[in-house]
Amino acid sequence: MPGEGERRLTFAAAVKDAAGTGLLALGLCIPIIAYRTHQDMSNRLVLQERWQFVAFAVLAAFAARLVYLLAPSIALKPAPRLRMGGESGAAVTVFKLVGLVLLFAYPFLTIAMVGPAGAIKWVDNFAIQILIYVMLGWGLNIVVGLAGLLDLGYVAFYAIGAYAFALLSTHYDLGFWVCLPLAGILAAFWGILLGFPVLRLRGDYLAIVTLAFGEIIRLVAINWVDLTRGYAGISGVPRATFFGLPFDDSEEGFAAFFGLEFASIHRTVFLFYVILMMVLVTNWVTLKLRRLPVGRAWEALREDEVACRALGINTTNTKLSAFSLGAMFGGFAGAFYVTSRGQGFVTPESFTFAESALILAIVVLGGLGSQAGVVVAALVLIGGTELLRELDWLKRIFGAEFQPTQYRLLLFGLAMVLVMIWRPRGLISHRMPTVHLRQRRAVRGDLVGEGHG
Amino acid sequence: MAANSGPLLAVEHLTMRFGGLIAIGDLSFTANHGEITSIIGPNGAGKTTVFNCITGFYKPSSGRILLAPDGPADAGEVAQLTRSARRWMKASNGSLFLLERMPDFEIAAKAKVARTFQNIRLFPGMTALENLVVAQHNALMRASGWTVLGMAGTRGYRTAEARTLDLAKYWLEKVDLIDRADDPAGDLPYGAQRRLEIARAMCTEPKLLCLDEPAAGLNPKESSDLKSLLRSIKTEHKTSILLIEHDMSVVMEISDHVVVLDYGEKISDGPSDAVRNDPKVIAAYLGIEDEEIEQAEAEITR
Amino acid sequence: MEYFIQQLINGVTLGSIYGLIAIGYTMVFGIIGMVNFAHGDVFMLSAFIALILLLIFTQILGLGFLSIALFLVLILSMLLTSLWAWAIERLAYRPLRGSFRLAPLISAIGMSIFLANLVQIAQGPRNKPAPTTLTGVFTFGDGTGFTVTLSHRQILIVAVTAVLLAAFWYVVQKTPIGRAQRACEQDRRMAALLGVDVNRTISLTFIMGAALAAVAGLMFLIYYGVVHFNDGFVPGVKAFTAAVLGGIGSLPGAVLGGLLIGLVEAFWSAYFSTDYKDVATFSILVITLVFLPSGLLGRPDVEKV
Repeated sequence: MPGEGERRLTFAAAVKDAAGTGLLALGLCIPIIAYRTHQDMSNRLVLQERWQFVAFAVLAAFAARLVYLLAPSIALKPAPRLRMGGESGAAVTVFKLVGLVLLFAYPFLTIAMVGPAGAIKWVDNFAIQILIYVMLGWGLNIVVGLAGLLDLGYVAFYAIGAYAFALLSTHYDLGFWVCLPLAGILAAFWGILLGFPVLRLRGDYLAIVTLAFGEIIRLVAINWVDLTRGYAGISGVPRATFFGLPFDDSEEGFAAFFGLEFASIHRTVFLFYVILMMVLVTNWVTLKLRRLPVGRAWEALREDEVACRALGINTTNTKLSAFSLGAMFGGFAGAFYVTSRGQGFVTPESFTFAESALILAIVVLGGLGSQAGVVVAALVLIGGTELLRELDWLKRIFGAEFQPTQYRLLLFGLAMVLVMIWRPRGLISHRMPTVHLRQRRAVRGDLVGEGHG
Repeated sequence: MAANSGPLLAVEHLTMRFGGLIAIGDLSFTANHGEITSIIGPNGAGKTTVFNCITGFYKPSSGRILLAPDGPADAGEVAQLTRSARRWMKASNGSLFLLERMPDFEIAAKAKVARTFQNIRLFPGMTALENLVVAQHNALMRASGWTVLGMAGTRGYRTAEARTLDLAKYWLEKVDLIDRADDPAGDLPYGAQRRLEIARAMCTEPKLLCLDEPAAGLNPKESSDLKSLLRSIKTEHKTSILLIEHDMSVVMEISDHVVVLDYGEKISDGPSDAVRNDPKVIAAYLGIEDEEIEQAEAEITR
Repeated sequence: MEYFIQQLINGVTLGSIYGLIAIGYTMVFGIIGMVNFAHGDVFMLSAFIALILLLIFTQILGLGFLSIALFLVLILSMLLTSLWAWAIERLAYRPLRGSFRLAPLISAIGMSIFLANLVQIAQGPRNKPAPTTLTGVFTFGDGTGFTVTLSHRQILIVAVTAVLLAAFWYVVQKTPIGRAQRACEQDRRMAALLGVDVNRTISLTFIMGAALAAVAGLMFLIYYGVVHFNDGFVPGVKAFTAAVLGGIGSLPGAVLGGLLIGLVEAFWSAYFSTDYKDVATFSILVITLVFLPSGLLGRPDVEKV
């Protein structure tokens, strides 16, 4: 394969080059795709040839390379710089308002469009799930995007929040609105506890230590059976109530109280508004903190830690504040997860490293430090992969065995690679200053530091 | 400050070893209140290492670094502080600080020693104004009630923030960067970045300002502006300056006192005129790299 | 005492496998300062490649001599895994060289997710039992109480590891390729100015790391007799721990670290509980990084101000 330098090639040369790529794909596919191992009746492993898949992969590689070579104006052109007049522009304000109104009307719009039964999927699988990831993304954005500390074990705090919520509400019979803040506070406390010894580490080392912490928390959740019930998980966590009114068809239920006909969408819609409020508060707090000395210190830390120390900034405390605040938002999200999408059920399987990677991908693909970037990335990554579930019609082309959802994570991994190559600094890479004298202008992404911690 | 006969900074028997290498060996010198003290010496003489020890970025192997920002230190009280395990104390004549015991950020925050870096260390992705606001972090952090009052947006915090911006504006005007206040620091030309770094250090309202080669890479015009800036910092702002510099025209013109280092040891110490004619200094300078010989010779013997 | 020796043997065997994977991490980190997150999955992929090749040789081609089959599998799987590593470096890492620091790491995490799921889709989500090979054991002891067994596979694993490490050591220390690698490690730009083909050298580093991971993959398959698409992650993190413990960038350190991690795991499982053996490894990782960030044989790194 030739270097990145050449762009415009003759057609013949491009075909030749793409043929090389196809040949490479053939080499890569030979054992792993061409033969599928499976156990026969006597549990012996036998091989099954599947050359049609190899042919497909080779053709796909050939075509992709050819398109890449012949359409250089599309592929890998330096990404267009976003010209932003500033987030305070009038058009942006209107846009934000319209977005907010649409967001608040969303459950009712979907109910009006597909009816209450069909709307559950669109509110729960899409809206609530995306909002949980937006919240997690914003929480991690404080740590990675603002303070520049690479955390690969963020899922630990999500897990601590979820387990804290489950344990508190099952053992002490506390309600949702008491357990939620407690879960967040506990997660923040663990953030300080775990952060204290490791925050002086720099670069990839911090990333790896946080990864180890994430795994340790999960392994403890699996093995401390007395407390967590291990793999079985904690079930029967009380579900969220409408300030005391349960969402059921009983006399005291929400539906009966308001004279409505009982429908399971009520709870979903209520949860949607709960997470929406949590997300909006997270955003408000983060934006506010960015303009306070603590937030500026986070960003200064990301830009140059040594200079921070020379200016008298206690970098340990600054890092800890970012770490624990991020952890707190993760804890809130975890608690909310248990009561909503977790269906009152929490197991260690929900908190694997893949989850941390997903949240980090949302932050980095969105653009470090950018609140809007996180929203866009969560929409694309979570919404996009969720949409794969809707592709059942593909079965008519590829046969009944074809499961589009199987390819969810495969495509997700590939997308992470490709987006990084396309825009290494994420979708929204510029930064808005926190104070200005005359004119607030965005700072170009390539000037903004990336942190080394 | 007139009564200050004692030094502001007293470095005594400072030694810094890196493994087997002795970067600084038994170095003693003082810097007086209201003066510009320069540290000069050939490349690799250990000047920046001295700075790093004074500002806490390196922990010295041995020696004492005493800072008496409010007036001459009483010898008995200094001995008492040294014997104790404490890092500073309130003495009869203001506070005393033992810098070798303090972590870097505390030296900047409590002892009020600010510094710049040889290879400029601004916050490149933040605007010039933001750089100066970050420098006032500690004052603003207190005013924001460690963020609680700030979140509430109390009047006290808002006035403190306005004061912060006023000080930032004052220094932006002073270093002639007010027109570029909203530009990212990383976009400024080299000379402007040097000035911004000095302004940022001054926004911490230091008692002692340590400048590591502030004239490096400046053109003659910028260099002469720098001299007047440093003089004004000394006289108008009552801030003493410790200066590392290779540009002899700057050093000789503005220094009240010059310390010459070579191979981590002091070879000369005194007013600039005396140092300039010290044969040991001339010898040390003639021993440096070829391309600098002529320049150094011309400047020293001028 | 016999029990102790038995665990020692198990630990060294396990440690050899970790050491082989750890070299891939340490070399790549040494030369481009990047944690190659997908390396554990390359190892897992190589175990699958070895499994399929073994089945091809024994079932389809009907090769009777197991030793020859294993030898051919080893060579071919090293080649094919190297091809994968080369392609991954070319597609996912090279375009990002010299860019934003987080980008290659994210790209590597994406690659890791991609590889694990590719294998899952292609080979199915179940455990894959390998055909039993090398079942012989040497037994020491008199039959009263514990006896120490040393299986043929353990001997094979340790012997192959030792031989390959020696060969590898020779390449890195004595050949122009190794010299170019060490030059790039010190200063990539200067090496390029002196005529070292930096891209080629980095590709070669990935290839060498992958080839050793492929050896580890085959050994893993022989030792455990089963492989699963998720088997890249935990051994990968353990091998990385080994690299860090030994001092990242140091080749003897990676092997030493691997052996230590293998021993810790064997003894922890034997004397405490298997439940928390991974917690023990991860704790070692944390403790090493916090208290001894340059590892056992690494060079300390002084903060430049």
